[in-house]
Parts: sequence; structure tokens; C-alpha cells
Amino acid sequence: MLTFIIDALVTVVGVTTPILLAATGELVVEKSGVLNLGVEGMMLVGAVTGFAIALTYGDSLGALAPWLGVVCAALAGAASSMLFAALVLTLGSNQVATGLALTIFGIGLSSLIGSGYVGTIIPAFDSLFPDSLAGDPLWRVIFGYSPLVYFALIMIFAVGWFLNRTRAGLILRAIGENDISAHSIGYPVIPIRYAAIAFGGAMAGIGGCYFSMVMTPMWAEQMTAGRGWIALALVVFSGWRAGRLLAGAYFFGVLMTLELYAKASGFSFLPSQFWAAMPYLMAVVVLAVISSRGVAGSEAPACLGRPFLPSS
Amino acid sequence: MRIRLEKRLTPSRFMQIATPVASVLLTMLLGAIIFQLIGFDGPNAIFQTFITPIVAPYKWVDVLTKAAPLIIIALGLSLGNQAKIWNIGAEGQYIIGALTGAGVAYSAPSAPGFAAIPLMIAAGIAGGMAWAAVPAFLKTRFRVSEVLSTLMLVYVALQVLNYMVDVPWKDPNGHNFPQTAPLTPAQSLPQVLPGTVIPPGFVVAIVLTLLFWLLTTRSVYGFSVRTVGAAPEAARYGGFDASRTIWSTLMISGAMAGLAGVIEVMSQLRLINLGFPSGYGFTAIIVSFLGRLHPVGVFLAGLILAVTYVGGQVAQTAVHVPEATAGIFQATMLFFILASDILVRYRVRVIRDAPRVQPAEAVA
Amino acid sequence: MSLTTRRNFMKTTAVGLAAPALLRRAWAAEPLKLGFVYPGPVGDYGWSWAHNKGRLAMDEALKGQVVSSYVENVKEDASAIPIIKDLAQQGNKLIFTASFGFMDQTIEAAKQLPDTKFEHCAGYKKADNVGLYNERFYQGRAVVGTIAGHMSKTGTIGYLGSFKIPEVVMGVNAFTLSAQAVNPKITTKLVMIDSWFDPAKEASAAETLANLGCDFITTHTDSPAALQVCEKRKIYGFGQGADMSRFAPHAHLTAIEDNWGPYYISRAKAMLDGTWKPDDVWMGFKEGCVEMAPYNKAMPDDVKAAADKIIAGWKDGSYDVFTGEIKDQSGAVKVPKGQRMEDKDIAVMDWYVQGVQS
Repeated sequence: MLTFIIDALVTVVGVTTPILLAATGELVVEKSGVLNLGVEGMMLVGAVTGFAIALTYGDSLGALAPWLGVVCAALAGAASSMLFAALVLTLGSNQVATGLALTIFGIGLSSLIGSGYVGTIIPAFDSLFPDSLAGDPLWRVIFGYSPLVYFALIMIFAVGWFLNRTRAGLILRAIGENDISAHSIGYPVIPIRYAAIAFGGAMAGIGGCYFSMVMTPMWAEQMTAGRGWIALALVVFSGWRAGRLLAGAYFFGVLMTLELYAKASGFSFLPSQFWAAMPYLMAVVVLAVISSRGVAGSEAPACLGRPFLPSS
Repeated sequence: MRIRLEKRLTPSRFMQIATPVASVLLTMLLGAIIFQLIGFDGPNAIFQTFITPIVAPYKWVDVLTKAAPLIIIALGLSLGNQAKIWNIGAEGQYIIGALTGAGVAYSAPSAPGFAAIPLMIAAGIAGGMAWAAVPAFLKTRFRVSEVLSTLMLVYVALQVLNYMVDVPWKDPNGHNFPQTAPLTPAQSLPQVLPGTVIPPGFVVAIVLTLLFWLLTTRSVYGFSVRTVGAAPEAARYGGFDASRTIWSTLMISGAMAGLAGVIEVMSQLRLINLGFPSGYGFTAIIVSFLGRLHPVGVFLAGLILAVTYVGGQVAQTAVHVPEATAGIFQATMLFFILASDILVRYRVRVIRDAPRVQPAEAVA
Repeated sequence: MSLTTRRNFMKTTAVGLAAPALLRRAWAAEPLKLGFVYPGPVGDYGWSWAHNKGRLAMDEALKGQVVSSYVENVKEDASAIPIIKDLAQQGNKLIFTASFGFMDQTIEAAKQLPDTKFEHCAGYKKADNVGLYNERFYQGRAVVGTIAGHMSKTGTIGYLGSFKIPEVVMGVNAFTLSAQAVNPKITTKLVMIDSWFDPAKEASAAETLANLGCDFITTHTDSPAALQVCEKRKIYGFGQGADMSRFAPHAHLTAIEDNWGPYYISRAKAMLDGTWKPDDVWMGFKEGCVEMAPYNKAMPDDVKAAADKIIAGWKDGSYDVFTGEIKDQSGAVKVPKGQRMEDKDIAVMDWYVQGVQS
């Protein structure tokens, strides 16, 4: 019984982590008042970059190659987000359209870059913990994960602490709530938003490379298969709060894993398409609940999606 | 010497038209250079993608067939976009419209053509509208962002499609493949109007372009939509109800998407399978922006994007560029147009610093 | 611009490549042009890759007589029709559309281009100029099922499926029946992921199957993701469509290889001879179209012998996995004892045999 639960937990963690990574980044972006719909594209760019780097340097760097790959994935994600940022922040373009353009661009670019890499494999990540712990049937539930899993957990806590307990986080949130006032007080709205977007891009890139480097160490076109959109839904679903984001991510992960378990065990009382639609339906329902009630702190940042147009 | 951006008094007409054109040309130039650098025959790739579909008569059918749904959907989207209401879920409304239209056909299999076809089209429009009604309700009643709600519903619509072709509407003679039974000739539209290369959907697109042009430029409603988008406070004073605008624009764009979906089913494959969602709902967003939200612009932009789709396929066989190429070009055009948007609203001015004036001799 | 100028444009760009062929016309037959349409990337190491391998084999075997071209990543919606027509208009006389999702598009294109010949893979709609071809992958499933039956310690084996279409259903059944022939108590856990290619979901589904006790997993999806999970979890798996041992050197016992070369060569020859007729073929081990990848060293000799026996049985016709008595999940007898299922019933199979948990 215990093994069953541990096995299931491990699967859930695997499914949840990439979404959590991307959503954590997008949380920061949206808290600063910007809506970046390009998550899916940035994840794919990160996925192909991380894979390509790990593959190219796999022989020369050995076990270090995957780490270099992750770093490069983050950089690639951040770089692609800068395209978005320049258009939206400096040129004041429409955030929705620009984000979509980034997604389409990212899908195409990653396919183009990755076309030479289909069918190749890379060295896997070395586990952080000794095999006795990581491989142990019981303790692997804590120690047996890829380093990126721990990174994701650390990051969501770090982001939550940053947003709620640091001055810098407070400033960021203030900018997201009322950018004009923040600007008049003297806070650098545009640079902070640039930084936030870059962070979001880096996290999305890391989330993407989780697919191509940890979950299935290979590259395939569009391998994120829409998880970027789930990450976006997750940010909304969480009411823009870090703690709820973590819970929500695992809730989605459980839903997705439950779908597979139900199928494998022969429970087909509801059509499988219903289960597949669940995360999105849930997101809509939660959206309705939190948007209407206006629970303090659960609202969308007031400036979300609106361009910053200082009168000066 | 500095560069300053000065807000224009009125948006520049010249820029509004020049920037889309420049975006396309710049994309072609940039594309040729970059593809050449990464090892493909860059200029040929661009030629095949952008030029061949225009100059090769046997490709015109394909271009017009692809342009029709793009234009129809984008016309609807542009209306909402003018009111700053962002319908990202046109793809879902397109799917549902196709399903409802086909559903009417399956529930009345022996109805004669003159009854079946209008009914199916009406059902398609209704289906798209119904799917857009949910986000409209959520926005007006619960203040839910329509960007997110319409988007989420796309994925729900995909699952509805998967379910319908797999269970209730699966073709009984279909060897158990997840697809619907084919529509009968009485329930179908011809692929092209006899003797021409023009698909019926394109005729609809032309008519709708004219209608939307009249609506946008000559009607009070069109004015109200633009005002709600440009100056919500002023709109309220003018008596234009934001809530009504939300409902009407979402309904209209949903209707257009549903219409495009049902026309596609009736004139192309005449059945629905898992591959039916072609992404027109998302590409139409690009068309809408590239056309600067104006019906005539949208019409032209739809044609341009159709050209890149068709040309992208030609380039695949002729130059062996990957299939993703068309998407890169489309996104690049969109990037350029979004970037150049600022030139419409602002003027670039180069300020020369005044020459330093030597201070007068200090008083001795 | 006059029509002539446009025609010249076309001649110089797309068709200009045929100039050398036109010059040779005087003293040599122009090579036959054949087109191929793939649903996925040729580098996917799965379905499309295998078809492309067959095309290359045909190029090699009939060098100088044929010239082939392909389009990959073709979406299975209406836009496939212009792509198929493009190939025809570029001079390809026989076009292979390699996915059941191209079925109606092929028929439509064939209607509009009656002088071009088409062959559709894995479908069921024919026409005067459209033939059908497919492979009896289920024969390979019977081999891997036998292996799993011998070697499974938990008695639970897993099948990672895509969609509930007959091709997948018959695969599940062949896998299960052949395993049960060795170990009657074997059960098969089945997960359909509603996609042909989603590596992340394939990995999660494979993990789920492993979590639920499967120590053997076979897939009906196109990526090696599940095999990677098998390797990690130290259970066994089988490659699909191609030898995938490089992805899972320990876990990969063998693979069902799609070998399209012999078929494409024979059809090209038929075109060259002028004997091409629309056909409806379903080929297996006997025709050399289904092959097994080399066995992993970890397989015991007696298991290897058992697997070889099944293959031999398919080849000489003495073995058919769909021989009665076969019961479905409800216990009803679908095939009486000793009788073999007919092709037409196999082709539309939509029920699972007893022992499949779906």
C-alpha cells in the first residue's frame, strides 16, 4: 500500500514540476502588472536549447553537461521574453497579441532548431543524493527526484517570500496594482517590469527543459503539448498567491495523474475526454469564484495587461 | 542629439497603412537573410512562401480556401478588439460551430438541400455564439477576464470534439475510426463555385467584409464599439453600455467563428475528425492585428496569411524547409506590426541640442 | 501579366528541376516520380521515420529508375488535400499517404486528379485510382506478448495505447492472447493517451502502468519515452516501429520494426511495368514487412526460441493468434474453439479480450 502511494506521489511530482516552474515565473510577471501569454513558446525554446547544449557538450563535460543545459535553457527563455518585453514595455504594444506572437514564434523557432536533434539522447542528470537514499523504495519519495524538482520547490517558496516579505517584492506588487502612482513616487516601473519578465522567461525556459531533459530525455516538436497554457491557467487559479500556486499546481498534477490511473485501472465511468478537460474547466470555475468575490489579495493585479503610459 | 517620441494629435493614416506593408516586406527580407545563414536557400524559401502562391494559378484555390475562414473569423475578432475585448477562444467557437452544424445534419439526415443547408449554417452560427456566451456571462457577471476564459474553453471544446467523434457521432460504417459519417451531397457545399476557383466561403468573406465595413464606419454601433475601447469613461457618458458591448462583440465574434467552422465542414472534408481544428481561430488573431482591426485591412491580411500557409507548404517540398517555417514568418510579421504600432500613435523627432552659448564675460 | 509569363515562372522554378530529365528523354526513360506524405517528422524514430526508411530503400534498389520526394509533418486536416495535389502537380505519378488521418483527403485528391495513382496506408476507403496497404502489426504484438508471458514475474503487463481504433485494439488483444497462451493468468493494463505523440504524457502513462504493477510495457505511440521510463524503473519494454534499444539498452528486449521497403519497391516496380492496380493488402512477417529487432542479450535462450517459433508460425501460416476460443471482457465467446478470425472481422475489432483491464 505504501509503495503504491509513494509510486503515485513520485508520478504526480514529475507531472507537476514543469508546470510549477513556468507558473512561478509567470506569477512574478503578472504581479508586476504584465500578462505574458508566450509561456508555451518560451518553454519550448528552453526545452530545445537545454537539450541541444547538453547534447553538444555531453562528451566534453560529462555529468556537468545537463547543468549547463539548464542554465542555457534559462538564458534562452529569458532572451525570448526580452523580445516580448521590448515590444510591450518600450513600444507599448498590445500585450495579448504580443504574447501570442511569442508563443507562435517560439513553437516555430524550437521546431526549426530542434529538427536536427530528433532521435538523439543526452546524459541524464546525476541525482543530488547518494543512490542509497535516492534509489531506496521508501526514501525516494523525498530524495529520489531530479534536481529540478527541488529547485522548483525552493523557487516557489523564495518567490512567495520575496513578494510578501521583502521591500523589493512590495514595490513590485505596488507597480502591479497602480503603476501610475508607483511611478510618481519614484519607483522604476519599466526596469522592474523588464526584470520580472526576464525572470518569467528564465523560469519558463527551465520548466521547458524539464520536458526534454528529465521527463523524457529527448527532443520532439511541440513536446510541451499545451502545458504552458495550463501554467497560465494555474496562475489565475491560484489567485496570484504563491502558496495557492504550489497547492494548485499539485492539484492539477493529481488531476492529470488521476486521469491516467483511472484509465489504467479500468474505471471508465466518465469518458476520458471529460478528465482531460477537467483542468481547464476547473480553472474557469475558480476564475469565476475569485473574480467575483474580490477576496482581498486574491484579485488580479489591477494593472494586469494594461500598458504603462505615464503622463510625463 | 536625442530621439523623442511625440504623441500625435491624431493617429497617422499613412503609418496605419504603411506599417502592415512594411511588416510584410521586412519579414520577407529578414527571413531570406536568416534562412540563408542557417543553411537553406533563403531567397528561394521566401519566394516559394510569399510569391509562388500569388503567381501560380493552380495555387489560387488553396489560397482562397485558406483565406476564407481567416477573414471571416478575424472580422468578428476585430470588432471586439476595437473595444479592447480580447476573444482568444475563436478556435473553440469554430469547433463548436462546426459540431452544431454537423449535428443538425445528423439529426435530420433526409432533409432536402434547400432546408438543410441554411439550417446547418444557422446552427453553426448559434453554436459559436453559445460558446462565446459563456465568457461573456462570466465577464459581465463575475468580472472574469475574457482572455483567460475564452482560452480555457478552447481546450474544453477540443475535448468535446474528441468525445463527439469517438462516441455518439462515430461513423457506424467507419471501421471504428474516430470520425463522423460524411455529410450527404444535400448537406454539403461545393468546394468551389462551378467554373471558378472561388470557394463558397470566400464569397461569404467578401460579403461579410462589406457588411463589417458598413457596420464599423457607418453605424452608431460601430462608433460605440470604438469609443468603448478608446475611452471607456467617455463611452459611459455617451450612454454606451459596456456590458452590452461585451455581450454583442463576443456574440458576434463567436458567431463568425462558428460560421467559419460550419462552412469549413460543409465545403472541405465534409466530415469531422480529430484533425479538424486547424488553428484558424488563433491565426485569425494575427490577421486581425495585421489588418489594423479594419475590415478592409483584415481582408487583405487574411489573404497574406493564407499565402504564407500555402507558400509554406510549397517551400517544404521545393526547398525542404521544415513545416514550422510558415509559423515563424507569421509570428515575425505580427512582431513587426506590433512594434511599429508606436509609429502610428507617436512621431519620432530628433532633437538637436541648442548650441551652448558662451556665458558673458564675468563681471570683472 | 499574361498567362504565358506566369507559366514561364512556374516552369523555371518548380518544374525546372526536370530539365535534365527532359534532355535525357531522347535516349532513356524518364525516372518515375513517386511522392510520400508523412504525418510526423522523418526524424521521429517511429512511424514516419520507418516509412521514410522504406522510401530510401526503394530509391536504392531502383536507382536511376525512380525519383522520390516527401513532405513531412503534414497535418491531418483538410489542408492535406492541397499538399497531396502539389505532389501530383510536381509530376509524381504514385503518391503514398502514410497515415489513416489522410484517408478522406486522399480520396478527394484522387477524385480531382484521376490520372494520378494513390495508395493510402491504414485506411479503408478505396477508389479506382486509390489502393490500400497496411501491415499486420498485431503479428509482432503476438511475439512480444509471448516474450512478456514467459518473463513477466508480476503477471501484469502494460499496453500504452493512443486511440481506440481497430489497429490499436487488435494490438492489445494479440498482445494479451499470446501472453495468456504462455501464462493463462496474465492480465493487461491498458492506458489510451488520446495522442500518437506526446512524450511527456507517454512517460507519465508508462510510470502509471509501472506503478500499478506492470513489469512489461509495450507501446502504440510514436516516441521512445515509455522505454526510458522502463529503463529507469528497471522493467522491460519493447520498441515500436523501430529498434529503440539506444534509448533503453537494458529495458529494450526487442522491437516491432515496420519494414516498408519491400512493399514500396514492389509497388514502384508495378508502376514501371505498368501492372499497377489498386489493391488492398495487409502484409506481415511472411511478406517481410514486419520484423523483430535483434533480441536483447538479457533474454533467456528458451524465450528467444519461443519467440522465434511464433515468427516462424506466422511465416508458414501455421500460427494465428486470433484462433478460438476467444472470449471478450464480458465472457461471451467471440471466436469458437479452433476457428480463426477472418480478416474482415479483425479489421473492425472494437472489443477487448478477457484479461484486458480498460
